[in-house]
Amino acid sequence: MTTTPAVLASHPFLAALPGTWAEHLAAGATLMPLQPDAYLAREGEAAESFYLIRSGRVAIELQHPLRGTVPVQTVGPGEVVGWSWLIPPHTWQFDARVVTAGEALAFEAVWLRAQLDAHPDVAVPALKEMLHVLAGRLAATRLHCLDLYR
Amino acid sequence: MTAPPTSPATPVWSQPLAPTVVAVRQRRVETADTFTLVLDPPRPGFAFQPGQFNILYTFGVGEVPISFSGDAEDASQIVHTIRAVGSVTHALARLEPGARLGVRGPYGTAWPMAELLGRDVLLITGGLGNAPLRPVALHILKHRQRYGQFTWLHGARSPSNLVFAAEYDEWQQRPDAEVLLTVDQAEPGWTGHVGLVTSLLQNVRIDPARTVALLCGPEIMMRFTQRELARRGVPEQQVYVSLERNMQCAVALCGHCQLGPSFVCLNGAVYRFDQIRAHLLTPEA
Repeated sequence: MTTTPAVLASHPFLAALPGTWAEHLAAGATLMPLQPDAYLAREGEAAESFYLIRSGRVAIELQHPLRGTVPVQTVGPGEVVGWSWLIPPHTWQFDARVVTAGEALAFEAVWLRAQLDAHPDVAVPALKEMLHVLAGRLAATRLHCLDLYR
Repeated sequence: MTAPPTSPATPVWSQPLAPTVVAVRQRRVETADTFTLVLDPPRPGFAFQPGQFNILYTFGVGEVPISFSGDAEDASQIVHTIRAVGSVTHALARLEPGARLGVRGPYGTAWPMAELLGRDVLLITGGLGNAPLRPVALHILKHRQRYGQFTWLHGARSPSNLVFAAEYDEWQQRPDAEVLLTVDQAEPGWTGHVGLVTSLLQNVRIDPARTVALLCGPEIMMRFTQRELARRGVPEQQVYVSLERNMQCAVALCGHCQLGPSFVCLNGAVYRFDQIRAHLLTPEA
């Protein structure tokens, strides 16, 4: 399902981009339903998409040899799933499984990388926003390592 | 500018270091290491404000400061929720109904209940930090019309470490309250949030001008939470924290809990964030 610039502009991740870019990116965005237990990413597989979550919740998971599937974080509305598409070799580092039904905007990774390469004016704010996401996840991971509530 | 938190509590009873012997009425198991004691009031007319604490004394073992976790409007009993982590709290965990212990208090500053009137109230807690804020929630939910939006974000180590889980289930059904839970480590069957309690903030609508945030949990958690609140526009004058330092005498005589110019047992444990920010990186004595 194609989407509109207005739908894109409503997502916080894209709010940081120049205004005309919602229209530009709409050409490559797909509005997709999130069905419970569907996987958006599987560890080791090619990272071919980037997702902006509009509703629902997605668990970022790891497979543990003794503990089985271990959710390490959940992400929800206004958040993003996946940066492996941006960093070679473009393979997913974690599983991403839908926990509760919702909706996401999906971008095809090759197309998105090409847009960023061709348009530094949007690449810079987009990468800054991605860096903000990564910094938040890093801080969360560091705090998680402290096992604060033990 | 908001008002400062309540002034330091001045013990009104004649012998502030002398415990009163009371009986355990009820003991409830909350989780594997956490329990709630319901006690007789130590004297007629005993009252406390949400955020204050008692010193509980197990004979022959020692004393420990424990926040009130019950309804401040119910003078018929006092309630403390305790995690068994040391010798005193393990001794408290072994008390059965009818057993006796010493109680002195209440001590310390309180959550700014008057300032919350008509405001959006945001509680953010981690671990057993939800116990000192339970009296605030009980009061607000009992007098719901006096307050704006009520939101409680709580993080636990795991679902099996979630204290007051049944109450949270009940409150999550209320249309006039938003209660979001997260865990650091999920367990089989958990379909809720996984991650730090700060991650829940992005799911919450915040009107910075109307919001007063009350934080209780590990200090690191509170520091990071305040930063996120600041990023969302909530002034630090509208953020309150409850500190847990090495409180022993509870009347600012022993000095163990001194934090900069402040004694946590007397000038805290509840502080407005801007009044304690400069000292939060001070290691515990």
